[in-house]
Amino acid sequence: MTLESTRTATGAPAPVGLLIDATRCIGCGECARACRAEHGLAGELTPDLSASAYTVVREKEGQFVRRLCMHCIDPTCVSVCPVAALRRLPGGQVVYDADACMGCRYCIFACPFDVPRYDWEKPFPVVAKCDLCHRRTSRGHQTACSFVCPMGATVSGPRGALLEEARTRIRNDPGRYVDHIFGETEAGGTAVLILSGVPFDLAGINTAVSKQPLPETTWRVLEKLPYVVLNGGIFLGGLAWIIRRRMQFQRHPELAEDLPVEPAPPKGEKP
Amino acid sequence: MSPRSHRNLGTPLPLVPTPPPLILSLSKDASGRAGFLRLPRWNLTLPSPWKLVVGIVLAWGCWVTARRFWLGLGAVTHLSDRMPWGLWVGFDVLCGVALAAGGFSVMAMVHLFGFERLRPIVPATVLTAFLGYVLVSVGLLYDLGRPYNMWHVFIMHNPRSVMFEVAWCVILYLSVLAIEFSALVMERFRWTRALEMLGRITVPLVIAGALLSTLHQSSLGTLFLIVPGKLYTLWYSPYLPLMFFFSALAVGFAMVIFESYLSAFAFGRSLERGIIRELAHILLVTVLFYLGIKLQDLFARGALGALFVPRMETWCFWLEVALLAVPAAMLLDERLRADEHATFLSATLVVLGVIVNRLNVSIVGTYAYSGASYMPSFEELSVSVFLTTLGVLAFGFAVRFLGIFEGHDNGDGPTPALQKPAEAA
Repeated sequence: MTLESTRTATGAPAPVGLLIDATRCIGCGECARACRAEHGLAGELTPDLSASAYTVVREKEGQFVRRLCMHCIDPTCVSVCPVAALRRLPGGQVVYDADACMGCRYCIFACPFDVPRYDWEKPFPVVAKCDLCHRRTSRGHQTACSFVCPMGATVSGPRGALLEEARTRIRNDPGRYVDHIFGETEAGGTAVLILSGVPFDLAGINTAVSKQPLPETTWRVLEKLPYVVLNGGIFLGGLAWIIRRRMQFQRHPELAEDLPVEPAPPKGEKP
Repeated sequence: MSPRSHRNLGTPLPLVPTPPPLILSLSKDASGRAGFLRLPRWNLTLPSPWKLVVGIVLAWGCWVTARRFWLGLGAVTHLSDRMPWGLWVGFDVLCGVALAAGGFSVMAMVHLFGFERLRPIVPATVLTAFLGYVLVSVGLLYDLGRPYNMWHVFIMHNPRSVMFEVAWCVILYLSVLAIEFSALVMERFRWTRALEMLGRITVPLVIAGALLSTLHQSSLGTLFLIVPGKLYTLWYSPYLPLMFFFSALAVGFAMVIFESYLSAFAFGRSLERGIIRELAHILLVTVLFYLGIKLQDLFARGALGALFVPRMETWCFWLEVALLAVPAAMLLDERLRADEHATFLSATLVVLGVIVNRLNVSIVGTYAYSGASYMPSFEELSVSVFLTTLGVLAFGFAVRFLGIFEGHDNGDGPTPALQKPAEAA
């Protein structure tokens, strides 16, 4: 099996991705160590994602599966960030700019895969997550994790080619794989694709994730707000105009003389 | 009400028709000395044990503030990656904004819809709303991880983000409130020309305030639409924006009643019974409407069954509903509605109900998904108490300095039950 043709992007902004084949993973943890070296992360290598571990390998049901940012095609974190500190690059990498971030943590709250982490012990923390080695991948190189993987369990390349490859693997060896590519449709599709030999929910992967891109849930409301302002403004202004005009007439009946219908002056009130 | 001299139809009414008598004489004080800007004596009529409590709360609050900014969020909060939002978002921001909603609704009713009877409470309401939003902004400084980057919303745009929209609406509405609040200061110093100019833009200003409030009150609910898998089914609803808006409307009126009643106590003044009665009606209608939406929503989503699943979320939901349904039932009774003590009690319950709702949506509703057992730390609680105390103190100070309650009398005379005995001292 070779992925030579797709392993390196050609410099053209074909969206890059990762294919993680959990059935090939031996749990050596080389990917996690390479990631820490690539990003210069200090601190201990935690068992779950943390500010000092952008990716981890976890064992579930006798199978090792990696956890890392899925790099959604329509990323929730990018849509929720009020200051656009999170962006999706043309190559599909979802990256974070600490200098822009104001620390509202909406990205951590909203991520459907619970990936972004915070360095809670720092006075002015940053959000920590995998950036798909965008410095390498945007120049056509592999990610650090796929580069070091001794088993080819993680390979990087254009997402389209990886999808083809994943389908081929499932077709050629249906007994080995669950017939599903995690990330093909989850959250509207992600750049990271996962194959598993045991059911995904048993492999510690949240299969309840919405198949629709989540930014749509809030955009459905947000896109209506200009109309709320326009119609609300006209409604409130018009209503205020009518009511206040009538109140003026009640107070000063002489102002209403030229109107077709003369309002009766209220009883008991003297101007 | 005295007849007004505005013959020109286009001229809006001034923000407050008759300037209240000044609490400070600009010419001469009691001793005959010419006094300019002599501050009133600080006598909030708190008994001294309370002063001690307030002093401890303030001192402890300053200490926690120093720790939070020196050591970071992890040192003082129980927040984690599983529960990135806690009490400071749930209470200081969500509740703070909702409880200050009386500002826009009362202003709209008086200046746009001609509810002239509510006019006397406009100054106190504007003051509450202004202070409320200032406190929310201060609370945000505590909660944001990098608060010095707060101004980035001005230059870094992301129109797809609900948070971005909320930030802009809150900033703009805070400006509207600042202008409305400046009218109180102008009145205090009798800057009649400035007041007159302000009077001309009152209607557009109030409309802008109502629209901005509609947007961000509802958008605080929209914030939670992004987590369909995480928020428990009793609260996650496509109608969250509508529910947040209408509950804010209801709790805004409840807060006006709550604070009028307590002000009558604290400042030894008479309670405007007529206004309280009027507000009780409005409160009843808004609470019933909100409960109606909630029921419809559960029905439409087929989630009524979740009301009877024995689990912690169910009890929290029932608590929230009961805290709204009980006052609604009370206010339906005409005799209770006419009784200001019962009205105050129901308003208090509504305030608690909406607070529980906001905490449910932001904290309790995500417990099950996150698997984390978040309880606010003592420091988190103390910051919330600290900020609330600051707000109450600022309110008391502003009321005295600006003479908020001096300009009007309902003619009912002092309410005997609410008179403080040792007021003369």
